[in-house]
Amino acid sequence: MRVTTSEAGGGIAAATVTAEPAWVAPAIPDAADAGRAGRIRVMLIGGLFLLVYSVIAGRLIMLGFDDVVPRATWADPEAAIAAARPDLLDRNGEILATDIKTSSLYAEPRNIIDVDEAAFAINSVLPELSVPWLQNRLEGNRGFVWLKREITPRQQEAIHNLGIPGIGFLTENQRFYPGGPVASHLLGAVNVDNQGIAGIEMYIDRNGLAELQQYGFTGQGTSLEPVRLSIDLRVQHILRDELQNAMELYSAIAAAGVILDIHTGEVLAMSSLPDFDPNQPAQALDPDRLNRVTAGVYELGSVFKTLTLAMGLDSGLVNLNNIFDASHPLRIGGFSIGDFHGKNRPLTAEEVFIYSSNIGAGRMALVVGPQGQQEFFRRMGLMDRVPGELPERALPLMPSSRWGDLTTVTAAFGHGFSVTPFHLAVATAALMNGGILVEPTFFPRDEATALARGHRVVSEETSQEMRYLFRLNSTAGSGRRADVDGYLVGGKTGTAEKIVNGAYSGSLVLNSYLAAFPMDDPQYVVLIVLDEPKALPGGGTTAAYNAGPTVSAVIRRSAPLLGVAPRFAPFDGSTVAAFQL
Amino acid sequence: MVSRADRGVIAEWWWTVDKTLLAALIFLLVGGVILSLGGSPAVAERLGYDSFHFVSRHVIFFIPTVVVLVATSFLTPRLARRISLILLVGMVSLCVMTLLIGVQVNGSRRWMDVAGFSLQPSEFLKPAFIVVCAWLFTENARNADVPGNLFATLLLGIVCVLLIAQPDFGQTMLIGISWAIVFFLAGMPWTWILVVAVAAVVGVIGAYTTIPHVAGRIDSFLGSGGSDSFQIETALASIVNGGWLGVGPGEGTVKRILPDSHTDFIFAVAAEEFGIVVCVGLVAVFGFVVIRGLSRALRNEDAFGRVAAAGLVSLFGIQSVINMAVNLHLMPSKGMTLPFISYGGSSMLAIAFGMGLVLALTRRQPQTGHIRRRAVPRSGVPNPA
Repeated sequence: MRVTTSEAGGGIAAATVTAEPAWVAPAIPDAADAGRAGRIRVMLIGGLFLLVYSVIAGRLIMLGFDDVVPRATWADPEAAIAAARPDLLDRNGEILATDIKTSSLYAEPRNIIDVDEAAFAINSVLPELSVPWLQNRLEGNRGFVWLKREITPRQQEAIHNLGIPGIGFLTENQRFYPGGPVASHLLGAVNVDNQGIAGIEMYIDRNGLAELQQYGFTGQGTSLEPVRLSIDLRVQHILRDELQNAMELYSAIAAAGVILDIHTGEVLAMSSLPDFDPNQPAQALDPDRLNRVTAGVYELGSVFKTLTLAMGLDSGLVNLNNIFDASHPLRIGGFSIGDFHGKNRPLTAEEVFIYSSNIGAGRMALVVGPQGQQEFFRRMGLMDRVPGELPERALPLMPSSRWGDLTTVTAAFGHGFSVTPFHLAVATAALMNGGILVEPTFFPRDEATALARGHRVVSEETSQEMRYLFRLNSTAGSGRRADVDGYLVGGKTGTAEKIVNGAYSGSLVLNSYLAAFPMDDPQYVVLIVLDEPKALPGGGTTAAYNAGPTVSAVIRRSAPLLGVAPRFAPFDGSTVAAFQL
Repeated sequence: MVSRADRGVIAEWWWTVDKTLLAALIFLLVGGVILSLGGSPAVAERLGYDSFHFVSRHVIFFIPTVVVLVATSFLTPRLARRISLILLVGMVSLCVMTLLIGVQVNGSRRWMDVAGFSLQPSEFLKPAFIVVCAWLFTENARNADVPGNLFATLLLGIVCVLLIAQPDFGQTMLIGISWAIVFFLAGMPWTWILVVAVAAVVGVIGAYTTIPHVAGRIDSFLGSGGSDSFQIETALASIVNGGWLGVGPGEGTVKRILPDSHTDFIFAVAAEEFGIVVCVGLVAVFGFVVIRGLSRALRNEDAFGRVAAAGLVSLFGIQSVINMAVNLHLMPSKGMTLPFISYGGSSMLAIAFGMGLVLALTRRQPQTGHIRRRAVPRSGVPNPA
């Protein structure tokens, strides 16, 4: 109805108002075509809008399915910057990390009267803030800008005394690590807002602290219960100190070490060099400074024979007196496996261990077979991430191809299969403590709790035999340089050739020494890894010449602090004679 | 009721204007007032004003906005063209004046103090610019002797220079896009489309490389941590916080720390307090206005009316799309008001003027189209109805 009426009514005006273009144009068909083209273009634009509006509606609906994340900063923006963290203590109560109050300098540009004067004045105290930068920052009508976070009290006083209007200070908590880099990888670091971004600091955030912060319980003035770690700061210092010495002495490019309580799974010390100072967390971004103990995976080499022996003994298919023929290289899958310290004769199982025979270990692994080996590795926790609190834990690197006989043979002496040093230390703890695999921890734990959470992986007898082999290697094998008088150190060396450009290098090695002490009643596992150590004059590059003595030095200095009493051999004639001489 | 037989101005208007579109627009305006109750008190308190400072000003602007909207819709196309031309000249001169004597806010000179109110000439410039460009382009298409395309391009150049001098990149971009759409609708040849597309890409790259704050915003959108991510993160947090049905009017908490919650981020506040369902409804209303406006423009036989109306509707649509997309982190942060919803007197009045023009240009008009098509053969002589 309406349509007809209006159009009929409008017909009168048609000639005067809108008909004009059609009449003026000489060719009507063109104008009509242009009109049709124009309409199509309007429809095109309409279609485009329809599409965009649908995308917007779709995005809204997507956001509807998001989870609500409550944030304390909504309630109190200052809470975020002032967030308190609990102190971190070592097992003896020494402070590893604490909060200190610092001032942060801010400006309210809209209240600043003379920008140039303020900029020059601030620059006179904080020369690192350039005048043009300050002028740009202080210009305008904003209500709040940071100028510099976490300044020193002296700087604060100096700026305060300048009496510039529109400049103020906020107190915030700054994380401080009194020991500097001593336990850097372990403790991790925090960001400028005091949130943990690595290491145990991050673990604490993930396990309650972040929630506390969300709900605003960590504001200024709140004191949080300190968190005690399993670390012994003194032992930690010794470990790092000895690793530094070793790195310098043997010109290694990196070094790493860990000391583990075999009964409780507590980590007593862990260090990886080069490390960083958590007070300057930006250093940690350098990829060379990763935590090599838990985040780096390596073909660790002969130390893996420890596991091969344990596997063989525990399977019941091998005993210590079985003979393995190492008189000629083992040919398998087109490869020839030889020995480094070749004896070129049949060896007993214990000789395979103390002479570190690749051929013998390979043959022993073949007795158990690929299936059994994989099953054993999985049981020892070598196929998964090591459980534990540190966020930086790497997955092992499996052989890329099928796990056949060749893989079994190479894995028997620690090649073709990469794990973190931490994997090896944790597995070895189980071989030493009577056969119980205990989850490692960075927090104090007693033996009963550890046992309750652990599970048996090898038999008591296997563990006994492994202790015997470890000690034997220190008295009659490659581990003599690692022994410490009175502490009955036992262990296994590992000299792994590094892969350079896809092939094993003859000269660059990754050396490790896997030790436990005291061997008559083992308490601790110590693992030291040196990356590319060089030979000293008159020495060699094998682990016995560098990783061994390093372990020895670490144990010599730390065992008394760990409460292990030295037991010297009873006085006999020869000793007395030695004294008399 | 108004009688159809009545040939007076009011009756004529009543029976020819698109009342559905008008209703949708007034619905948006009322919605703007309601959302302002949620979005602006926090900002007002932060700036040290009375809590309802912006709300009351918003309400005060509501009346003149509706008046402008309705009054403009009475215009005939010819009058609309003339008023737009006068307005364009006036606003261009005012823009020049703002550069000389304008008030500086947040580092740019965009505002004029006029009788106690601050006026943003660039807002009024946009609809006038579109109408004048539509006229120039269609005139050129109708009669190639008229150098309309050239004039329109020159005009774009002048306006862009003025806006960049303020500086106001958002409006510059909007003017550029509107110009391109109007040209496109007026029958831009495909070679030109290519040229404009290349120019747009070059323009964006140029802005990215030469203007640090543009680069910062694009970087922060792409996630490489720019300076503006706080606003966007907070906006998203407030939308998510609201969920499907919202936390309730006035109950929003994230909005309290959301900068520009009464202008550029009112959409996020709406989502937090009234929920995503209501926001989808809001998107639907905007979509309806745009599609309705375009389809009404489509019926217009007169090229000028069609192009101008479609151009003005597109301006409205683009502005709403950019605002909502920024709120939802679908594009880099760009200060842009949500038409009729965001606080801002100049913006409200200018959009009312623009949409009033759309109503005016899409009024049912006496047309010759179907008569001609039906009655006049292609070779035939024009025969006025």
